[in-house]
Amino acid sequence: MTTMKTITNTLTFSAVDPDAGLKKALTKSRADVIAEMNASGLKGRGGAGFPTSVKWNLAAAAKSDKKVVVCNADEGEPGTFKDRVILADFPDLVLEGMTIAGYAIGAKTGIIYLRGEYSYLRQPLEAAIEKRRAANLLGNDIAGKSGFSFDIVIRMGAGAYVCGEETALIESLEGHRGESRNRPPFPVDTGFMGNPTIVNNVETLAWAACILAKGGDWFNSMGTEQSAGRKLFSVSGDCARPGVYEFPLGVTIQEVLDDVGADDAKAVQVGGASGHCVPAGDFQRTLAFEDMPTGGSMIVFGQDRDMLEVAINFLDFFLEESCGQCTPCREGNEKLLEGALLLQEGRCSMGYLKNLCALGETMQLASKCGLGQSSPNAFLSIVDHFKDEVLGRTAMAPIEG
Amino acid sequence: MLVPVQERLRQDIEGWIKSNGGDRSSLLPVLQEVQKKYSRISDYAMQVIADLLDIHPVEVHGVVSFYSFLKEAHKGRFEIRLCRTISCDMAGRDRVARQLENELGITFGETTPDGRFSLEWANCVGMCDQGPALLVNEQVFTCVTPEKVHDILAHFKKMMDINVFQQAEEH
Repeated sequence: MTTMKTITNTLTFSAVDPDAGLKKALTKSRADVIAEMNASGLKGRGGAGFPTSVKWNLAAAAKSDKKVVVCNADEGEPGTFKDRVILADFPDLVLEGMTIAGYAIGAKTGIIYLRGEYSYLRQPLEAAIEKRRAANLLGNDIAGKSGFSFDIVIRMGAGAYVCGEETALIESLEGHRGESRNRPPFPVDTGFMGNPTIVNNVETLAWAACILAKGGDWFNSMGTEQSAGRKLFSVSGDCARPGVYEFPLGVTIQEVLDDVGADDAKAVQVGGASGHCVPAGDFQRTLAFEDMPTGGSMIVFGQDRDMLEVAINFLDFFLEESCGQCTPCREGNEKLLEGALLLQEGRCSMGYLKNLCALGETMQLASKCGLGQSSPNAFLSIVDHFKDEVLGRTAMAPIEG
Repeated sequence: MLVPVQERLRQDIEGWIKSNGGDRSSLLPVLQEVQKKYSRISDYAMQVIADLLDIHPVEVHGVVSFYSFLKEAHKGRFEIRLCRTISCDMAGRDRVARQLENELGITFGETTPDGRFSLEWANCVGMCDQGPALLVNEQVFTCVTPEKVHDILAHFKKMMDINVFQQAEEH
């Protein structure tokens, strides 16, 4: 491997006793495990922020003997790489979290959906799984708990960003194109092969293991009232020390920038391509579900960056990754990109720009899944905050006549 | 006894379907296995898979064409995918792209005439802290500079020359 080690600050994950969470969980009833999760206030760390205990509780209540725990390791959001670091450095914590989830909801099967771009993580993960089988931490009667069986398999993605969306991921697991489903029904009652399924982000599962080890109250004492606990952020772009940083939720953007050595930032893209662009004037905003919700991606833009080019890069991305099944997303992203290119050439009227923004708002409302709903965010926020920069450009092509 | 490649392909597919659960949900892993061993997913392979899973071949083709890592056409033995997403872009991916094209004598989307390398774009490969990043098959290279491009390519050319990698079978 010809890569460097990703820079991190001190991560909670490195200070948790291995399998303490699982062992504690197995002394509790299933309902008490979910109660512990509920006390923690943990919300999904993939970005959507759905309360983890609610998801587990719904799946636990469903009646089936074929329930499934899926670990969503299809980390495709531009600027996000925390799950790669977790899977490489703390694989056991993730596997432990999956096992706890399996115990809590009554599942026997765990599936890790690993993105194709991370194929090099497959062997180490397989080895970690094999080691846990040998130590009776996977398999039958786990850790001596009679009647509790759970095992984990790895399935590889094949280069489709949309499969990070949970219903598209399930479609992909079932051997179909990764096209998202209408909800309801939700995966917690009709998921993989029609069975109750929970899909949790890698980081969520790792935190679940920590929470069972250290207690829900410990987790809930950090962060804000509506955004409990700590979270990993993937910071890249124009800063001195890009890497993975852990902070309590509620941290301000400015505090993160100070830690990563970004003195010259004019904007930060929070939440990746599907997130929002925050200008320097708003750096006091907080990273929390009640203010700026995020899956952890923070891309820093220095003073010299052309924000319109940033918007164009993101729209290129969505045009490529749209699954094409619903019209607002398939056609909308194409029109937004065309419009952004007109802006780049200095050929876009204010009236047309307003139409583009209205189209973006329609896409947010009318698209079928999160991809289409969030794809205009970056464009809209860049146009909103950097009007001076995007309008009236005296661009490349000379005006004829 | 000499077994024709198509027969071997069929036997392989039967085995992969069985080891991946035997039903439709085995489709993606089976396609990935076919591609790994036979370098691409041919019409014949898709037909065999469709027959064995009892689904229409168009269903299989629909899946193959959906995922950017699955391919029907012959591509290079080494597929180079340069990340084009924003962090790698800001870190200098354009110069790396230009150098890749110069060294290989092809543009993005093409394969070298000797069948060794093909050049593609990738969307975010999750190495945003170490851009520009590229994948060569399953291997990842980060902080790539135009100068390093030559070394990376030389490394893989050498592998081909000493025939560490077996040629994928034609069918």
